[in-house]
Parts: sequence; structure tokens; C-alpha cells
Amino acid sequence: MSIELEVNGKRHVVVADPETPLLWVLREELGLTGTKYGCGEGECGACSVLIGGNVRRSCQVPLRAAAGKSIATIEGLEQNGRLHPLQQAFLDAGAFQCAYCIPGMILTGVTLLRKNPNPSPQQIAQFMQGNICRCGTHPRIVQAIARAAEAMKKAPQ
Amino acid sequence: MSEPRDTFVPEPERCEFSERPAHHFDWSRRDFFKLAGSGVAVALAVPADVAAQESGRGGRGGQPLPQEISAWLHIGEDGAVTVFTGKVEVGQNIRTSLAQSVADELRVPFESVRLVMGDTSRTPYDMGTFGSRTTPTMAPQLRRAASALRDLLVEAAAKQWNLAPAALKAADGRVADPASRRTVTYAELARGQSQASMIPAEDPVTPASQWTVAGQPLAKVDGRDFVTGRHQYTPDLRPEGVLCGKVLRPPAFGATLVSFDPHDAQAMPRVTVVHDGDFVGVAAPRQRDAERALAALHAEWKTTPQPSSRELFDYLKRNVEEGAGRDNRHDTGSVESALVQAAHRLEETYTVSYIAHAPLEPRAALAEWKDGSLTVWTGTQRPFAVRDELAAAFHLPADRVRVIVPDTGSAYGGKHTGEAAVEAARLARAAGHPVSLLWTREEEFTWAYFRPAGVIEIKSGVTQDGRLTAWEFHNYNSGGSGIGTPYVVENQRIEYHPVHSPLRQGSYRGLAATANHFARESHMDSAARAAGMDPLEFRLKNLTDERLRAVFQAAAKSFGWPGKRERSGQGFGLGGGVEKGGYLATCAEVAVDRVSGSVRVVRVVTAFECGAVVNPDGLRNQVMGATIMGLGGALFEAVDFDNGRITNPRFSLYRVPRFQDVPEIEVVLLDRKDLPSAGAGETPIVGLAPAIGNALFDATGVRLRSLPMVPNGLKI
Repeated sequence: MSIELEVNGKRHVVVADPETPLLWVLREELGLTGTKYGCGEGECGACSVLIGGNVRRSCQVPLRAAAGKSIATIEGLEQNGRLHPLQQAFLDAGAFQCAYCIPGMILTGVTLLRKNPNPSPQQIAQFMQGNICRCGTHPRIVQAIARAAEAMKKAPQ
Repeated sequence: MSEPRDTFVPEPERCEFSERPAHHFDWSRRDFFKLAGSGVAVALAVPADVAAQESGRGGRGGQPLPQEISAWLHIGEDGAVTVFTGKVEVGQNIRTSLAQSVADELRVPFESVRLVMGDTSRTPYDMGTFGSRTTPTMAPQLRRAASALRDLLVEAAAKQWNLAPAALKAADGRVADPASRRTVTYAELARGQSQASMIPAEDPVTPASQWTVAGQPLAKVDGRDFVTGRHQYTPDLRPEGVLCGKVLRPPAFGATLVSFDPHDAQAMPRVTVVHDGDFVGVAAPRQRDAERALAALHAEWKTTPQPSSRELFDYLKRNVEEGAGRDNRHDTGSVESALVQAAHRLEETYTVSYIAHAPLEPRAALAEWKDGSLTVWTGTQRPFAVRDELAAAFHLPADRVRVIVPDTGSAYGGKHTGEAAVEAARLARAAGHPVSLLWTREEEFTWAYFRPAGVIEIKSGVTQDGRLTAWEFHNYNSGGSGIGTPYVVENQRIEYHPVHSPLRQGSYRGLAATANHFARESHMDSAARAAGMDPLEFRLKNLTDERLRAVFQAAAKSFGWPGKRERSGQGFGLGGGVEKGGYLATCAEVAVDRVSGSVRVVRVVTAFECGAVVNPDGLRNQVMGATIMGLGGALFEAVDFDNGRITNPRFSLYRVPRFQDVPEIEVVLLDRKDLPSAGAGETPIVGLAPAIGNALFDATGVRLRSLPMVPNGLKI
């Protein structure tokens, strides 16, 4: 059946089984491959997207549940060639190794900073607990989120 | 006195998949310029014995191998420098560090160097990216090539100006004549050229003390692509008409297919079912279609009894391979008589479980057939071996198979093989379309291979004044890496006992060095306490290796060894060693909650010395990463299996380190510009488990001798 989606500010009509996880619709129908498969059970956070501004595991969201909602993926964060402050902070902190987890980390971090613009390192670790980085870049990821919080205070979005 | 690690090398690490291919094919100069464009190029010829040493094994059938090209370096008419190397980028950041070495040696801006990596049609043969070999072998080889290319460019300028090359200077992508202040860019010198030279691997290179680009903490190349989601990993490549592949898996190891019915699946639109020997798979337009088609095959299986993890360590002791040979054994002096004379005698048994690499990008491949030739994109550490695997599986000459490795979502030693590549290629051939295949997390946890489990038995003898005099060390199954002791012990027996493993096992970051260091460094702690000595003092008393002493002292200093207990449940421990040319010491602080039994690693200090540091920022990332990855295997990671089934093949059942597990970590780098660079991806993992175990003993008086140590906390 055909379902309307709003992704990164653009409207799309996709024809797919409404039970298909949003992850595969984004990747296969819309070509938005920045959203990664990591576990298929919502345990690793690699497939994180924003739905209505909140981070969700797209492998656990059926297409029908995303219909009509505003969805943002990693591809939608950059505005007019300008990186989101958190993307910039990941770059500045060198907060990646293989970087497969990074889109999910960034979108989860964006949600955290929206809810808590001034998180402590402990609060960051707690909020990011559901995102797996196998390369062990956690301290730099925490640092990147803290740096972005500082940057966003100075220059609000 | 003996230093066994200098003399005792057990059989080349058998768990490191590293066999050479049977054939080598010539590189044609014309083909090269077709790919690279006009310009000046050098190819580095490495003598066969060096190439063989790289792998730890000789050629097949004892036949001498020809000189091999190890790398190409090309400078184009626009001044762009392209490096062609068969190494692959899996997050260890060599795309950046190798470019630094080339820029440094060639005297060009870092930004002008680009690497073509891991492409069997464009890069020279390479054994694979493993064993921490890139920095100690590929980086100096590329430097030699860059040095030769620089010489060629200087000579070309000298010829133009009718001057002696020695009078000229190369810097910043140009050759200058200081006398006349004339300059000419490399780009101008390369214009209209189609010059390729084969050079021997002998050109002198710039010493580390004079490096300008290398040695700097430069940021990861293409970093922006990774934070924007633009970088395409293998599963992200989606050519026109691509289908999704899935493979039918047995319900348990050793199961055989009795029957299945393709009818329902084949009735689905655009679904192809392939049955070939013991392979059954499907290709379908979308992920969901492929999952449905696979579920509709109604497969029936016959299973046979298989080992289970509860009997693992008995199993390993009972299934030792016969006739493994004397190569696995090292004897000096008499352990027996030294034990009799020792004031303190100790005997302990340690075990380590199977663990999984669990790279966040599971095995994946995209396969495409065109005119009888096959191209496969896949995340592997050994593109040429996977090419040979494909050529063998499809009865093709190797030159009809091309394997390309996009920068990959990690590997950790877990991606030496080409399972997904073969599967995708088989499905693509049947479907007549490109097929993309991505293993599920459960498949990755079940059908990949594991870090070997092992049993380690140690006996030691210590004199009244704290000198180690006897050392007997037996490792069953986990492997020979790091099995020797760096301590000075006159009487030693060290033996590695290969075992018929109940599970498929293979390379893992650090190989058996993690298991062997866990056992040795934990036992050293027991021995220190038996002798009534501080664990650091005891190690230093039995250690003459200055580089190892230096890292122990550096770690201890930053950590504030021996630490001061301020709370109940607090403890401090250390461990260290030498592996793959890197020197490591780790100190850890733990906190044990005596009521809940929860264990927290509070603080870790790791001192690491790997010769001259090429990129301190990348190195810190690797040391930090190894430390955090090591937490999992030390504390809670274990693959559980029961009668041929992995019973925890998901992240919800297999616990990996997460943000709240991560302690405060301090990395102390000892930069030795006077020493050649060693690799760093693996060794920093080996000291963590014993440091934590020793800290837990310090906190509780309980000696934990099994990895993982506290999968369910620590009740005392």
C-alpha cells in the first residue's frame, strides 16, 4: 500500500508493506543509507532517526507508525552546507574510528541536547547508554557532545 | 639468564588466517597508466623473503617467490599524489597515517595525497591488514617509494636546469634551486610523462626526528563524510536493479539439510531461489521480501549432538591435537629442580571463554557479474584472499574476479574471510542482477568465527628474596601469541597445545596475547603476594628489558601506584607486557559493591610505547579503543553455546561495553623517535584484564581466574 512520509523536510510516497521497519524503507526506497543496520532489535542505536524531534530506533518502527510524522535522518542535519554543531564537534574531537555507529550517535546526541542543553558527562553517558560503539570511542563521543553544548550556548540554532 | 621472547617463537600464529595464494600475476605498466593517468610513478619491489616474513609463512610447497611489488606511488599532471596499497581501512585510521608518511617523505602537502586501498584490480597484492603490520612494514615501504619518487623528480628538475641533483632541494610539492631561486612544481615535472620505475626497497628515508607531517595529530581523512552519513560502507552501495540476498542457515552447527520446498518462495514476485550443494539462498527485491521468501522454504534439518559451553574447558583438555610437534615447546634449565628449591611454589589454572568480535557492520557484500567477470565489494581484511576464495568457488581465473573493500565498519581480526562475498556472488549469478547481502546480527554472532577459548596452566617458583626461578606455562587452544615471559627466569617450560576446537575460531585483536597475558600477569600478582612484595616492585626485580620497565614505571607514576584505599571494595592492580613490538603497562582501579556484588572499573592508566609515533591522535584513539574493547572480554563477554546452538547471539543477550561501563582512561604515550614504529591496533588490549583481575584481588582477596571474570557481578 502507499504511505506518505515526510523525511528531512521532503514529502515522499512509498509503496510498501506497512509493517516494514522504517530502517529498510529509508535505505531501500529513499536511498538514505546513512541510517545503519546494526542489530535489528533496537539494542545498538545504529539505526537511530528523529521522529517528531525524538530519537527512535528505526528498525523497531513499522512504516505505518511513521506515516505523516516528521522524520529526520543524518542526511538532513547539514543545512546549506553547514554542519550541525554536533557534527562539527564530532569532527573536532576526532570522535570516531570506523564511524559506522556515528550517525546514530549524532542523532541521539541531538535529542539529548534538545532536552538538556547543559548535560554533565554522567548524564551524557546515561542518555547514550543504548548506543553501541564497538571501537571504544566513548570518551571522545562524550567530549564531542559536551563541546557541542558549549558551542550551541554561544550561538543558539 | 635467558630472555625467551627473543628466542622462543611458537608456531607462526595459526589462528591468523594468512596463507599465501598459489599464483602471482604480473602487473602491466600500460594497465597502470590507464588507471592512474599520465605522470610519474614508482613501484616498490620487495624481495620475496621480506614479503614472506610479512605473512609469518613461506611460499607454498617451499618454492621461492618472485620479487613482489608492494606498493605503487603515482604523481599526476595536477600534482595529486595517489598511493596504491592493498591494505584496508577498518577504523584503525591508516588511510590517514599512511598518507602522512608519504606526504612527509615526498615533501608534499598532506592534502595532496590520496590512497587507493584494498582493490584487487588496482592495488598490488597484499597479504592482508592484520597483525599490526601496516605501520612497521607498509609505512616504511611507502616511505621508500616516496623517497625514490622524490629523487626522480629532483633528477628531472636537475636535467631541465642542467644542474647536479645534489644542489637542489625538494619541499612543499616543488623542487627549488636555492642558488638561482628557481622553482618547479612536481605537477609541472610530471606533465606529459608516462614514466614508471621499479625501485628496490632500499632508498634511505627521513629519520623520525626530522619528520614534519608524520608525528602530527592530523584528523581522519574524509572525516566529514562520516559525520554526514555520506560515506558508503558495503551495505550502502545500491546499484540499479540490486536485489537483496539471504542465506538459509542450519539451526545448529553440524546440522544437515533433509528437505525444503522452494515452491512458495518461488511463487513470490521476482524471487530467485538457489540450491547448489549445501547452499540454499534467496534473492528478492527488498529486505522484507527476502526474509519472507527465506521463511517460506519450510526447511527440515537433521542435527547431531554437539559440544556445549558448560563442558568447554574439559573438552579442550580432552581434545588436544596429536603430534603438534616440538615447535610449540620451549625448555631451558630444569623447572623441576628449581621448583624443589624454591621458597614459594605456586600452581594455578586460568581459562578464557570464546568471545565474538561483533563488528557493528556485520559481514556484507555486493556482487555483480558482467560478461563472465565478477566484482564484489565487501568489508574484509584480506581482499586478495577473498578474491582467491571467489575464484576457487566459481572456477574462475583470478583475473576475472575483482574485490573492492570500501572503508569498513570495523573488523578487529574478525573479517579475514569472504563468506558474504561468496554467498552474494552465487545469488547474483543465479538472479542475473547485482545482489547485496548483509548478515543479520544473529548470523554474525553465529556463523562468523570466534576468539579462541583456552585453558592455561602455570607453575612457578620464587626464592625467599623474590626472584623468579621456575616458570612452567601450558596453553591449551588459545594460541602462541604472547606465550613467552618477558621476565628473567632461568628455568622455563612453555608449551602451546593445539586443540580441535569445538567452535570455528580465528584471529581476534591481540590474538592469544590477551589470554596469555591475563594468566601470566595475574599469576605474577599471586607470586608477588606469596613473596610478600609489592606487585610492581616484584616485576621490576625480575625484569631487565628497559623498554618494558619504562612503561611500567610511566603507568605507575601517572596512576599514583600503589594507590591508597579510602573505601571498602576499592582495589588497585597492574599488568603489562611486550607484544608485536609494542610495550605496554596498564594500571586499574576497581570498586566492588559488597552488597549488590556490582563491579565497576573506575580508572585505567595505560602507558604504551611503540617506537616513533606517526599520529599521536590516531594512536590515542586506538589505545583508548583497545582498552574499552578489552573491558568486555575482561568483565562480561562470553559466547554461550548449547548442543551446537549459540544461545546468546544478540546484543540483548551478549553484553558489550557501553557508555556507563567506561572508566576514566588516561593514555600515556612514550614517543621514541630513535626507534622504528611498531603497530598499535592490538597490543594495548593485553594488559587490561590482568590489571582489573589484580585490582579485584586487591579489593576482595578473591583471585578470579576465568575470562570473563564477573559476568554476574562478584558476590563475596
